[in-house]
Amino acid sequence: MVSAKYDGGVIIAGDRRATSGNLISHRNMKKVFPADRWSGVAIAGAAGPALEMVKVFQLQLEHYEKVEGHPLSLEGKANQLSQMLRGNLPAAMQGLVVVPIFAGFDRRRNYGRLFAYDVTGGRYEEEDFVASGSGSLFARTVIKMGHRDDLSQGDAVDLMIRALFAAADDDSATGGPDSMRGIYPIVATISADGYQELDESDVAGRFERVLAEFSDQQNATATGGQA
Amino acid sequence: MNMPFYVAPEQLMKDRADFAQKGIARGRSLAAVEFADGMLLCAENPSRNLRKVSEIYDRIAFAGVGRYNEYDQLRIAGIRHADIKGYTYSRDDVDSQALANQYAQMLGQIFTHETKPLEVEILVASVGFDTSGDRLFHIRYDGSVSDEDGFAVLGGEAEAIRERLGASYAAGMALDGALQAAVSALAGDDRSLSSGELEVAVLDRLDGGRCFRRLENGEIDELLA
Repeated sequence: MVSAKYDGGVIIAGDRRATSGNLISHRNMKKVFPADRWSGVAIAGAAGPALEMVKVFQLQLEHYEKVEGHPLSLEGKANQLSQMLRGNLPAAMQGLVVVPIFAGFDRRRNYGRLFAYDVTGGRYEEEDFVASGSGSLFARTVIKMGHRDDLSQGDAVDLMIRALFAAADDDSATGGPDSMRGIYPIVATISADGYQELDESDVAGRFERVLAEFSDQQNATATGGQA
Repeated sequence: MNMPFYVAPEQLMKDRADFAQKGIARGRSLAAVEFADGMLLCAENPSRNLRKVSEIYDRIAFAGVGRYNEYDQLRIAGIRHADIKGYTYSRDDVDSQALANQYAQMLGQIFTHETKPLEVEILVASVGFDTSGDRLFHIRYDGSVSDEDGFAVLGGEAEAIRERLGASYAAGMALDGALQAAVSALAGDDRSLSSGELEVAVLDRLDGGRCFRRLENGEIDELLA
C-alpha cells in the first residue's frame, strides 16, 4: 500500500495479493477502497478484520453525513478510524494486526492530506508520502527518490506504479502486475473532484511502460552499455 | 374503578404552554446581537455568580432565561455534547446546528412527556469565519426552534425589546454600537442600566481557538460611554 500527495490532491494505491503463510490465497484482492466521496482507505494486515473495519468505517461516515446533514471534517474521519483501530487492539495482540492508510481531500482547507496509523490507533499525519504492508520498505525508497511537492497527477500515478513494481519485485507477499490474468494494482486519486479509481487499462499501459524501461536498463547494464 | 377526567389534548398543551410562559415572563431578558467582529450576548443580570451566558465550545455560546437550575442543566448537557463530539471526531465538527437540534429534542420530549415543562428559553449562538457563518438559534420551552437573523431577544418582555432593538440594529456594527443598542433596548425608555446590572460576553471572530470572552465592568463602561 502506498500513498503520496501531488499537486491538487492525494493518490492511494495497493497491490492485489493475499497470502496464507507461504501460499498465495487470493490474486485479485481489493485493498484500496473509497471511504466516502472525498477520501479513501487502504489496508494492510489480517484480511478478515481489515475488510470488516473498512465496511464499518464507510458506514459510519455515511451515517454521520445523513444524520448531521453534512460530512465529517477530514480530521474527524481520520480520528474515527483511529478509534476503530484502538478497538481492534486486543485482536491485534492475538496476531490479527490491521494497519490502514487514510487519504483524503480536505474541503475546508482545500488540499489533500494523508494519515498513517499503528496498531494501537496512533494517528500520524504525513507531509508527503507513506507506505505500509510487507513490501513497504522497497516501495518507500522508490517514492522517496522520486517525490516532489509539485508532482502532476500523471507523474504521481507513475511514481506509485514504480513503487509497487519495486515492492513486488523484491517482496514475495506483494503482487506485481499479472498480465496473464489481467490483474493490476488498484490506483485511486482523490482531488477536489473526489475519489476516482483509474481504469484497469490505464494502469496496465503504465505498467507496460515501466516494465519496458526496466528491461532496457537491465539490458544496458548486462552489455556494459550506457552508464 | 376511578376514571380520570377527559382533558382535550389542545387544552393540555395550552395549560402547559401558559405555565411555562408565566415562569419565563417572571425573569429578566437578554439580547444577542451580531456585530462586525463577532457576536455579542448581553443579559440584564445583577448577579455576578449565577450566569445566564456561558461558553459551550470554541465558537459556540449559550444563553438562557427562566429557571436557573433548569437552563443550567441544559447548559451542562450542551457542553458535554460538544466536548464528546469534539473528542470523538475533531474540533471542526462541533457545530451549533446539531446542538440546537439536540436541545430541541430534549425540550420537546420534556414538554410532552413530563408532568411539568421546563420554564426556560435558550439561545445557541455561534460565530463563523465571516458574518455569513454566524448563527443564532432560539429554542423555546416546547422544543420549537427558530433561526434568527442579526439579533435575538429572550425573556419576559421580549416583544417590546425586540421592537426597540430592531429599530437601532444595523448589520456590520462595531462592538460599542452593538452593546449600546442592546443595553438601551433592554432598559427601555424610562430606565437605564449600569454595568453592575449587566452580564456581557462576546464570541470574538478569531481564526481559531476559544472565541468566548466575558467583558468586565470597566470594559462595559468604556464601550457604553
